[in-house]
Amino acid sequence: MPTAEELGILALSLKVAFWGLAASLPFAIAAAFLLARKRFPGKTLFDAAVHLPLVLPPVVVGFALLALFGTRGPVGSVLESMGIVIAFRWSGAALAAAIMGFPLLVRAIRLAIEAVDPRLERAARTLGASPLRTFLTVTLPLSLPGVLTGSLLAFARALGEFGATITFVSNIPGETQTLPLAIYTFTQMPGGDAAAWRLSLFSVALSLAALALSEWLARRTGTRAHA
Amino acid sequence: MLEVDIEVTQGAFRLQAAFASDAPVVALFGRSGSGKTTVVNAIAGIVRPTRGRIAVGGRVLFDSARGVDLPPERRRVGYVFQDALLFPHLDVAANLAYGERLTAPGERFVSRQRVIDLLGLSSLLARRVHALSGGEKQRVAIGRALLASPRVLLMDEPLASLDGPRKAEILSYVELLRDEVGLPIVYVSHAIEEVTRIADHMVLVSDGRTLAEGGLSEILGRADLRPHTGRFEAGAVIDTRVARHDERHGLTTLAFEGGELVVPNVDALPGERIRARIRARDVAIALVRPQRASFQNVVAGVVASMEGEFGALVEVRIAAGGVELLARITRKAAEDLGLEPGRAVYALVKAVSIDRHSVGFA
Repeated sequence: MPTAEELGILALSLKVAFWGLAASLPFAIAAAFLLARKRFPGKTLFDAAVHLPLVLPPVVVGFALLALFGTRGPVGSVLESMGIVIAFRWSGAALAAAIMGFPLLVRAIRLAIEAVDPRLERAARTLGASPLRTFLTVTLPLSLPGVLTGSLLAFARALGEFGATITFVSNIPGETQTLPLAIYTFTQMPGGDAAAWRLSLFSVALSLAALALSEWLARRTGTRAHA
Repeated sequence: MLEVDIEVTQGAFRLQAAFASDAPVVALFGRSGSGKTTVVNAIAGIVRPTRGRIAVGGRVLFDSARGVDLPPERRRVGYVFQDALLFPHLDVAANLAYGERLTAPGERFVSRQRVIDLLGLSSLLARRVHALSGGEKQRVAIGRALLASPRVLLMDEPLASLDGPRKAEILSYVELLRDEVGLPIVYVSHAIEEVTRIADHMVLVSDGRTLAEGGLSEILGRADLRPHTGRFEAGAVIDTRVARHDERHGLTTLAFEGGELVVPNVDALPGERIRARIRARDVAIALVRPQRASFQNVVAGVVASMEGEFGALVEVRIAAGGVELLARITRKAAEDLGLEPGRAVYALVKAVSIDRHSVGFA
């Protein structure tokens, strides 16, 4: 059974991953819709930008976040004047997780939206639905399996996020020390192997649980949408 | 009143369509790929014309000159698609309610219960969409469109993906709509028997152009349109009334201005109006009333005109009491009989040539 300290680490990791996902989901859905259904100038560039976190070294992403959102960065200083600080806070870790998971989320949702028959959307329009309502009542519900798949991928990515997190918000126990960071810390300590092993097992259990949950959800929504 | 006068360009495809109709049912008739669907898509606002004007009941939906282009959701145009296109994530009741909920209560002209009764949907309400048969799907699609209280109903080949018996079933529901709800219908089809059964006004579409429009009998009777209405479909459309049934022989007698027709039993009450279609190739001509012949239907008339003087076949138009029959006979036969306009003749119609498909409630 996990100790209180280990439970704290697990809870922080889940909190960071959950809020990272929750914050990026609306933007990911919007980006996926634009990429799947719209034609606009600069679309290729936009597509590339969305995928950037997937191909960049995570440390580079973390460094860029630090430069932007650090208290002396262009965005961070503005936020600080409003009393919001995210550098070296758990919210910063959530932001790093959100950005690293974003491309995975967008890709899965985009594929799902592209698979929705556009003629169903036209039918909704002739029945009096505005484009926004059509998206919310037809396109999005039919894309739900893709939204779930993408969410799981992004959530798992967030649980494992290391490089961007440690660069951007450092490794502060109780604030930004998520599961991977804690494991890393123990491996650097003499005699920390046992603790690192225990945390690694919890990490495996967490990932399996997330996978099982998403399989279950996908089967439920999948039968509704496609059977 | 439906008014359409538009030009559409889609890549290499160009469409020019112009027609106006006050009829309860307008048929857009033409071969596949002629542009019929593009016309209804333009009315629904799914396709944007390059220029022109579309108005329904005096309300302008599109007018390039005035910069009017209402989005589909504000056109109040019901659309029944070929593949029904029901929402697969919703059950039948939710599909029906989709457009109704988006219609202001004051704008609704038909209640959900009435639509459910009219289309026989009560046993389907809780069903999932993929558990429905093709005919059931199409009925739900019609109901869904109706409940959005549209000002005009567009039906794009609604029977195309159905088998024979289901076709007849849906067609009777369309007739019910026409007669009970009084909603103008634009009916797209390439099947002449559907068109003759339910439409009053016909627009002929070919190669991206509306070639002709007018009353059903007028268009089908025009020789110059024959290549488009179909060579073997040439014939006359006659409005009749059920006179009596002969139960013993399984026959029904239909009365019309020029006489009577005996057809295999029609499921209709005496006095009911029936539209019969007689193909030109099913009509022969005699100079004297035939005796001891198998022809059940002999109609006396006068040769009105003759067309196709140079081919092997001649089409003879026979006026019979305000109705015109069309007969296709060989030119040799016409010469042998000495046919000419004004000559009194007997049109011999094979009773079997009036089949169930071409007999409809009018």
